[in-house]
Amino acid sequence: MSTPNETEVRAEVRAWLEANWNPNQSLVQWRNTLIDSGWGVPHWPRRWYGRELPVGLVPVVEEEFKRIGAVGVAKVGIRTLAAATLLEHGSDWQKERFLRPSLTGEEAWCQLFSEPGSGSDAAGAVTRAERQGDDWVINGQKLWTSGAQKADFGLLLARTDWDKTKHAGLSYFVLNMRQPGVVVQPLKQMNGHATFNQVFITDAKAEGRMLVSKEGNGWAVTQTTLMHERRGADALRSTPTASDRQGQVYEEERKEVAIALAPYSWYPQRAGRLDLILPRARETGKIHDPVVRQEIARLLVLAKSAEYTARRARMAQQQGKPQGPEGSIGKLAASHVARAAARVHTQLNGADALLTGEDSPMKGVIAEILVSTPATSIAGGTDEIQRNIIAERVLGMPREPSVDTDRPYRDVPRNIVK
Amino acid sequence: MKFSFSAEQDEFRAAVRRYLSDRSPTTEVRRLMATEAGWDRAAWQAMNAELGLCAVRIPEAHGGHGFGFTEHCIVLEEMGRALLCAPYFASTVLGAGALLHGASADEQAALLPGIASGQTVATLAAAEDSGRWEVDSIRTTAQRRADGWRLNGHKSFVLDGHTADLILVLARAPGSTGRAGLSLFAVQSDATGLQRRALATMDPTRKLARLSFEETPAQLLGVEGAAADALDKVMIEATACLANEMVGGAARLREDALEYAKMRVQFGKPIAAFQSMKHKQADMLLEVELAKSAAYYAAGALDEGDADAAAVASLAKAGAADTYLQTAVHAIQIHGGIGFTWDQDTHLWFKRAKSSEVLFGDAHDHRERMMKYWEGAEA
Repeated sequence: MSTPNETEVRAEVRAWLEANWNPNQSLVQWRNTLIDSGWGVPHWPRRWYGRELPVGLVPVVEEEFKRIGAVGVAKVGIRTLAAATLLEHGSDWQKERFLRPSLTGEEAWCQLFSEPGSGSDAAGAVTRAERQGDDWVINGQKLWTSGAQKADFGLLLARTDWDKTKHAGLSYFVLNMRQPGVVVQPLKQMNGHATFNQVFITDAKAEGRMLVSKEGNGWAVTQTTLMHERRGADALRSTPTASDRQGQVYEEERKEVAIALAPYSWYPQRAGRLDLILPRARETGKIHDPVVRQEIARLLVLAKSAEYTARRARMAQQQGKPQGPEGSIGKLAASHVARAAARVHTQLNGADALLTGEDSPMKGVIAEILVSTPATSIAGGTDEIQRNIIAERVLGMPREPSVDTDRPYRDVPRNIVK
Repeated sequence: MKFSFSAEQDEFRAAVRRYLSDRSPTTEVRRLMATEAGWDRAAWQAMNAELGLCAVRIPEAHGGHGFGFTEHCIVLEEMGRALLCAPYFASTVLGAGALLHGASADEQAALLPGIASGQTVATLAAAEDSGRWEVDSIRTTAQRRADGWRLNGHKSFVLDGHTADLILVLARAPGSTGRAGLSLFAVQSDATGLQRRALATMDPTRKLARLSFEETPAQLLGVEGAAADALDKVMIEATACLANEMVGGAARLREDALEYAKMRVQFGKPIAAFQSMKHKQADMLLEVELAKSAAYYAAGALDEGDADAAAVASLAKAGAADTYLQTAVHAIQIHGGIGFTWDQDTHLWFKRAKSSEVLFGDAHDHRERMMKYWEGAEA
């Protein structure tokens, strides 16, 4: 069979949408029709709801969806990472059981990797999974879990063998979150929001068939999840916008997106709100202060240079050029921008920066910037880890010496977690 | 092309880089920087005969290649990288730029072909003892006598002013101030009443001169009293061009320091294995890449005639100034004691970083210029 070309694909998906798209039905009903057709995830295998289209042609399909206003499969939250991981490593039973409800949006997911004792060092997980007959018994604590309170299932990284070395002793499970041994508590952040959770796991059960891939292969599976997270990072950051059109499918999708995004209302503030700098400088009159002007200008030089760099990286990617160094520094640059922006917002607001909430400028938005920007240099890989990655992978400098991978993990010094 | 280079542009850059690494190794830089002239006419003519670099941005009608700022800035970046000792910036950015903005079509036809071929080395004499490249800092006067124009006054910080063949001079009508009364003149290097003295420069690879005019004959270029706009434009272009030259030097410093860190062994391992070194190098990469992006964007903005091209040029210069000097400081630190010696090459770029930081206005100055634009623009 020859590879389909763009014109054929466009004609085919357009004809199918014209025959089948109808906003006056339930969201799940529509998505089931979509999944059966293969147009929901066209780059996936035929056996699993796809059409085996080359990834390069997926945008063509998306354009046609946009043209007619058709709603796609569920994409918000961790479910896309779960689906991608199970598609690659899952058993047939797991794919049969989990892929469709994830695509329809009926089941939600969360990611159970980070722990109180392992942040940057995810492979240092100490949550334990022990065999009991055909099942596994799980004990431990997970942290920074977004969407845990609404999740039906979690992607769990747990230690199954303490006599093996660090990475070799890890396994990857699907954990049913709706069971008595799993307790989810919101984790209140320094800015007052509780976007993430802590998950306490006490004698929770995972059936044997919930082990993903093989026992001891957990780190490789985790890498797949993280790779999809990094690859989709831009898409996740850009706010999914639900259509404002009329129809039951649209209404239900709007609700889905609103629920998914609600915990992230502070994310724009976390990045420093560059858009508010000049308007606030004019409002406060600080734009006439030569010292403040220099600080604003420094920030603009940094932020615009970072923006131009991101566009250079994107352009190189679009042109199929090998990734240059400009592609690896975006996260670190964003940290610098956020920190510098918080400094300038403080300067612009003077004593008002002492206040928060309704008493403070812009009903607390400015205050929220000041107490949210520290997250930027930590979340998704700290600045220090970013620098290590740049030094080792881009600049070819020697790797950090490893002192915890040459012995059974039970003998490796670890954090003491109560 | 603000965010990428075409395959042809990449090839052009590679050709320039190869040529300069052959012809301008640091042994040659050191030889030339020790001379008063600071450059070698035979080498200059060979470079122009082989690569035609002076012709890059000069229109085809005047013997040039008619390319844009993007190509011109590729050359400048590579020259900054190689620390080439030549009057390229003076002649092609300042000299040709002043003619393109300030001279009539006939005057351009007469003067640009010589610059394009490299036969004529031109420069622009704008700044005076106040060290500012701005319209209102010009005091040198021009008066029309019976047998032509005569200039009186002093110019300083003139790039390659003691060796240029053609000096383009900004001078004003006696008693005029501000933008009014400012005109552009051409002065030949052997004109009577012209005295040229090489200044002792901290950066020996960038030669500057002080010029005195005493009833010096000069040719008026363009329209009398209308040179203020031309000076503004050429200085905006010079700002963007210098930023591109600077990021070339900064990138070279970063790469050399990285190579040294991988080679230098202390405490039984390459110093590149120490995390303090890795983090410093990562920060250097970040700063240099950001400065490069801004410099490329500024060149593209000039090519596309963007309304904010002046602000973006200042943005690029301010970013490049801080980055180049910081990179040079890190590079010397990474080399340790040897980095503070005369025989090791890092100080050559350190001094170029310092001279570039100050030339045409420092980072504070350009940040303020940028703010003047952005504060008015709706954010």
